[in-house]
Amino acid sequence: MIRLLAILSLLSSSFACGAEPSAAQLDKSTLVFVSRQMNVPVEGAFKKFTAQINIDPARPEAGRARIEIDLASIDAGSSEANDEIKSKSWFNTREFPTASFVSSSVKALGGGRFETTGKMTIKGKTLESRVPFTLKQEKGVLILDGTFPLKRLDYAIGSGVWSDTSVVADEVQVKFHFVLTH
Amino acid sequence: MTAAARYTRTAISMHWLVAVLILAAFPLGLTMSDLALSPLKLKLISYHKWLGVTVFLLAAARLVWRATHTPPPLPSAMPAWERYAAHGLHHLLYVLLLAIPLSGWLMSSAKGFQTVYLGVLPLPDLIGKDKALGDALKEVHELLNYGMLGLVIAHVGAALKHQFIDRDGILARMLPFLGKEKSQ
Repeated sequence: MIRLLAILSLLSSSFACGAEPSAAQLDKSTLVFVSRQMNVPVEGAFKKFTAQINIDPARPEAGRARIEIDLASIDAGSSEANDEIKSKSWFNTREFPTASFVSSSVKALGGGRFETTGKMTIKGKTLESRVPFTLKQEKGVLILDGTFPLKRLDYAIGSGVWSDTSVVADEVQVKFHFVLTH
Repeated sequence: MTAAARYTRTAISMHWLVAVLILAAFPLGLTMSDLALSPLKLKLISYHKWLGVTVFLLAAARLVWRATHTPPPLPSAMPAWERYAAHGLHHLLYVLLLAIPLSGWLMSSAKGFQTVYLGVLPLPDLIGKDKALGDALKEVHELLNYGMLGLVIAHVGAALKHQFIDRDGILARMLPFLGKEKSQ
């Protein structure tokens, strides 16, 4: 908890001179994913990540986001999987400890739905990706929710014997819920 | 051998099918739990679960069949204690044929892995993810399986005793070709 607070205070101080910046409240925000193993949906989560999001509900198109994920904080569903997922053929967390998403633009899709385009970097590989999300304002907080498919093999997540998509599907559903104070 | 002296063709088919399936599922379960995490392990776990679901369905079907079809009578010369032992053993076998897949299904849910029969039919999770419960159910699943191993040894041993020591032709109720050979 102290570490989380430290991250939060670090973020808020670095943003002290920015315009209405918001760091996600980590204790209320979640970053989870569902993979399919032999067609069995298996849920996992990242326990540590930072989300610096600057978005004005009145002008969401001007919004910017930078998400950084501590990959070793992964819970892949079982202790066995947690060890395996950090290994070279999966995230290789020793060499690539963090994954990131840095937005470059936000587009309104209507009905409170938006789509951000940006650069997703995982395992040293950067790809342009689009992430849809919804924006909700609730007493003093902004809530961003979104789900998007990520093709794990695009980033060589699960290479070698694990690249067999009949065992672990290529597509992984990533789901985020960011609560921002503003 | 008269038709009434043996089980129906349906009962015989289901009996041997279940026998083959549990003979596959048991060593598969032992082997896969010792493997390090790999695609092979994930495949074997799924196959094991599919076998288990199939055994459960067949056991349920067998119970229904058994309830609606009178099994052939035991030889009149058979002592009372042997009859009780045979009935008791058969009841226990049925209990485990249902309880073992059930415990595996619950264990799987508690460990956070849903069972998707044949990779297409998701079974509901009756209980939520709970590591301690999952570990306890794994123990239960294993214990029940060793119980089943003991029962199967007794079951096969009794069948062989009837065939080769008592020579009362009881095995032919479940293996009709033995009866045919005898009458030739």
